[in-house]
Amino acid sequence: MSAEQSLSLRWKIPLRVMATVLCTAITVTAALVAWEYDQMRRNIDDHAKSLGRILAKTLVSPVLHDDVWRSFEILQTAHETFHDAPELQAKVVLITDAEYKVFASTQPREFPIGSNPANRGGAFAEFHSRLSNGNAMTQHIIESPNSPIYYVMSPLVADGLAFGHVILGYSKTSFIPRFIDLATSATLITLLVLVVIAPIFWIGAGRTGKPLLRLADAMRRAPGKIEESPLDDIPKNGDEISQLTEAFQRMVVELKTKQALERQVLVSERLAAVGRLTTDIAHEINTPLGDMLTAIDTCQRHGKGNDSLALSTLSQLKHGLTQIRHTVSALMVESKPKDQPFASKDVDDLLILAEAEAHNLGVNIIAESNLNGALPLPATLTRQILLNLLLNAISTTKNGGDVHLVVKSTSKNLCLTITNNGDHIPHEHINTLFEPSPTNGEPDRGMGLWIVYQIVQQLAGEIEVMSVPGNTTFTVEIPYGNTIRRPCLVENAEINER
Amino acid sequence: MYSPDQKFTGADRRRLMLALATLPLWPATPAEADDALVHIGLTPVFLDDQVSFLGRWRLWLERKLKRPVNFVQRGSYREIIDLLRRGKIDFAWLCGLPYIQHRNEFELVAVPLWRGQPLYQSYLIVPVNDSYTENIVELRGRIFAYSDPDSNSGYLYPQYALSILGEKPSTFFSRTFFTWAHRKVIEAVSVGLADGGAVDSYIWETLAELQPDLTATTRIIDRSPLLGYPPFVARGDIPPKALEQFRETLLGMADDQEGKELLKLLRLDRFTVQSPAIFDGIVQIAAQVGQK
Repeated sequence: MSAEQSLSLRWKIPLRVMATVLCTAITVTAALVAWEYDQMRRNIDDHAKSLGRILAKTLVSPVLHDDVWRSFEILQTAHETFHDAPELQAKVVLITDAEYKVFASTQPREFPIGSNPANRGGAFAEFHSRLSNGNAMTQHIIESPNSPIYYVMSPLVADGLAFGHVILGYSKTSFIPRFIDLATSATLITLLVLVVIAPIFWIGAGRTGKPLLRLADAMRRAPGKIEESPLDDIPKNGDEISQLTEAFQRMVVELKTKQALERQVLVSERLAAVGRLTTDIAHEINTPLGDMLTAIDTCQRHGKGNDSLALSTLSQLKHGLTQIRHTVSALMVESKPKDQPFASKDVDDLLILAEAEAHNLGVNIIAESNLNGALPLPATLTRQILLNLLLNAISTTKNGGDVHLVVKSTSKNLCLTITNNGDHIPHEHINTLFEPSPTNGEPDRGMGLWIVYQIVQQLAGEIEVMSVPGNTTFTVEIPYGNTIRRPCLVENAEINER
Repeated sequence: MYSPDQKFTGADRRRLMLALATLPLWPATPAEADDALVHIGLTPVFLDDQVSFLGRWRLWLERKLKRPVNFVQRGSYREIIDLLRRGKIDFAWLCGLPYIQHRNEFELVAVPLWRGQPLYQSYLIVPVNDSYTENIVELRGRIFAYSDPDSNSGYLYPQYALSILGEKPSTFFSRTFFTWAHRKVIEAVSVGLADGGAVDSYIWETLAELQPDLTATTRIIDRSPLLGYPPFVARGDIPPKALEQFRETLLGMADDQEGKELLKLLRLDRFTVQSPAIFDGIVQIAAQVGQK
């Protein structure tokens, strides 16, 4: 990557604009100077031709009358200098007679009277050959490349015949000093104008590039500091930069979403890992648990039937162990979807169970339910969700507070809403609400919510929590049909923050 | 450019009209009106392109003559000679040659003294960087500049010089031309347009003083014998009173303050009366060349 290519747009755009302006200025100036050169040359040509014609007319009489001196004096006028245009002075003027011999000249030593100028070669020989070819009546111009002088030959005409010629010689280069002056002036003026307008262009170019630079800067910071990208002040005018900015902002939004989702994924992954761990533990517990239940069964069936205390103790033991079993089995990834269907009886049971706890803490439970009949949902798992949420709500509600429970079954899913007006959950704790062991210094809530989360996931449901001071609401939706999913998928387990 | 015509001022024009209106009366009556215009023809026997000088001289003459004066200049001696012969002008300052050629028709008025003598010479000149040519014979086949065909110093004498050497003047040079003024002969030789020229010595010496850069580009290779200086002449039928008045005026120039200054500008001492015999030298030369 060359140094020029890797230069920042901050410099590249103004530099390129300046280069363009410079090139344009140079091109225009060069064109004007070339045109001026052309004009000057053309000026000399026109002057030479017209002077040739005038001289020729004036010289007819003296030359015809063989008046050398008068002709000479007339030639001297062609020698006059122009103060403003020194290039218009003829370097040499001479008159040739019908035999192409010198009649008179402004430089008698170079062109003596009676000599043949064709002997000098060059343009004079050329003129002679043109005359010999019969072109005596027209004006001729000859520019030989290796001579600094170019010549104009005009005929002296009387009675329709050319009886002589007058030749004017002009320097090709004498206008060059004046031309150089002019070119220098033009260049200086151009430079002056450039110097004056260069800052304007520089600033203008910079302003064009500024939104790009800001955009580039914002892009550079993403995805790390994506919060600090205020691009709202870039004008929305539909040009490419606006489009880029809008696209970028859409990208930022999606990036933020992705980051949020990734956080969720992280949480899910963590929860999933813990889930796998606990599943293993659950298996470990299940085995001795199974043994214990079997032992109780055996004792119940084959024991002495008259020890009422033993029987009731066994019954309670069995009940408790069974409860443990159900709890444990909820921890297991491969839980058994086929269970009792959840019905309103389960709700009633749970309310009775929770009532004891609520009464102890002075909390009022208000429940609504529109269940009539059984739902195609596993009762054990659903009860677990409900129980844990209730107990959690009760425990966080202060003395005298309320816990609302709404159980609503729709055609597609079961919707549970538990609301309490206890302490609200701070915003920063919501992220880790459903984690088993919070790592960020929160008080340990135990495994309750985590279990709820696991079960909700297994049942392919959704759980939402909203907490403001005075109102904390857990909403659980569990679809019928019971598609068991792995707990790490993002799509169907959404934790929304409010 | 060659000598321009006398520029007529408005006053001159009026006087000329007046004179022309009275012309039929003027030459016939001996006692003419005192305010009749005097026409004086001038030739390049002096540096005649000094217009301001001529203005001063004219005014002085008008004061002295108490008559309006008009200077008449023409492109060649011939024209002035013709005007004088036809009585169109009253006086003229001519070269000696036309005087002797028309001495029966012209009256000798006065002759200036230059460097104390009423005499001058013809100079044969070449360009200064021509260091080889020493006499006229070496200019055979070259280009030669004369001043005027009626000029003694500027035409007659070189012709005479050649003829006494046995050469034919008309074919001796490859090319000759007239410059119509002595001063311009010097210019032609100076610039190399001519390889040699013949010029009035008075003109050359005066220019050597006034424009030494010009004369320094020429070299005198031969000098003629002393010959009669260009005289002031009058037309033959001039009334004697007018002639006398004019003569007196010229002779009195050196005694007048302004007149003295004018003479000084002309580099002349004074005007004098001379005998026509001073021109005998020119008579002989002319006879030799065949121009009686």
